[in-house]
Amino acid sequence: MKKPIKTILEIVTGGAVGLASGLLGGGGGMLCVPLLEKVLKEDVKVSHATTVLVMLPICLAGAIVYWSSGKYGFAENLPVILGVLLGGAAGSALLKKLGGRAVAVIFACLMIAAGVRMAL
Amino acid sequence: MTTFLFVCGVAGGIIGGMGMGGGTLLIPLLTLLCTFDQHTAQAVNLIAFIPMSVVSVIIHAKNGLLRPKYLLTVALPAVCVSVLASLLAISTKGEVLSSIFGWFLIALGVFQLFSAVGKTEKKSSPKKAALKLVSEHIDK
Repeated sequence: MKKPIKTILEIVTGGAVGLASGLLGGGGGMLCVPLLEKVLKEDVKVSHATTVLVMLPICLAGAIVYWSSGKYGFAENLPVILGVLLGGAAGSALLKKLGGRAVAVIFACLMIAAGVRMAL
Repeated sequence: MTTFLFVCGVAGGIIGGMGMGGGTLLIPLLTLLCTFDQHTAQAVNLIAFIPMSVVSVIIHAKNGLLRPKYLLTVALPAVCVSVLASLLAISTKGEVLSSIFGWFLIALGVFQLFSAVGKTEKKSSPKKAALKLVSEHIDK
C-alpha cells in the first residue's frame, strides 16, 4: 500500500477509535486491533499490544473530560479500578503465550448477548 | 458487592490487557450486573483503563511488542475526536448511549466471531469442533 493512503487510513481509523472511546467510553481498541493486524499487516501480538499503547492517551483524555464534568465519583469505584489493574497485568502476561482463539469466540458470543440486551 | 465489582474489574482487565477490548466487557458487566448507569460505567471504564494500560504497556515493551510510530498517526487524531465525543456523551441521555453501545457490541461481536471462526477453518481439528460446540452452547 502507498504511504499517503496508509497514513490517511490510520488517521481515519484513529478518528473512529476516538469516537467510540469518547462517546461510548470504550470499545475503541476493538477497532484499532483489526486496523493494525488486517490492514497494516502487523503481527497479531504486536497489534494487540500496540493497541493498548494507543488507547492510553485516548482514555486519559476521555477520563479527564468525564471527570471534569464533576458528575462521576471515582473513590467508590476503586474496587473495579483495582480489579482492572490486576486483571490487566495478568492479561498482558498471558498475551505472550496467546492461545486466544477460544477466548475470542467465547468473548464474541458474550458481546453479542450483551449487545442484544442493551440495544433492545 | 465490593468483591463482585472487583471480580468484574479483573475480568475486564484480563481482556483489556490482552488488547481484546476490556471496555466492551467491563461496561456491560457494570450496567447489566451491577446496576451502574451508562454514564458512570463509561467514566469508570475510561479511568480504570489508565493505570492498567500503564502496567500493560510496560510488560508489552519488555516483550518487544510495541510500535510507537502509531502514536502519531492513530492515537493523536483519536485523542482529538475522543475529547469532543466525551463532551457529547456527557450531554446525551443514558438510554440513548446504552442503545448505541448495544448495537456497537452486536456489530463487534459478529465481526469478531467471523474473523475467529475464519481462522479456525484453515485448521480442521477436534479443537474446531470443540470451539463450535462452546459457541453454540453460549448462544443458547
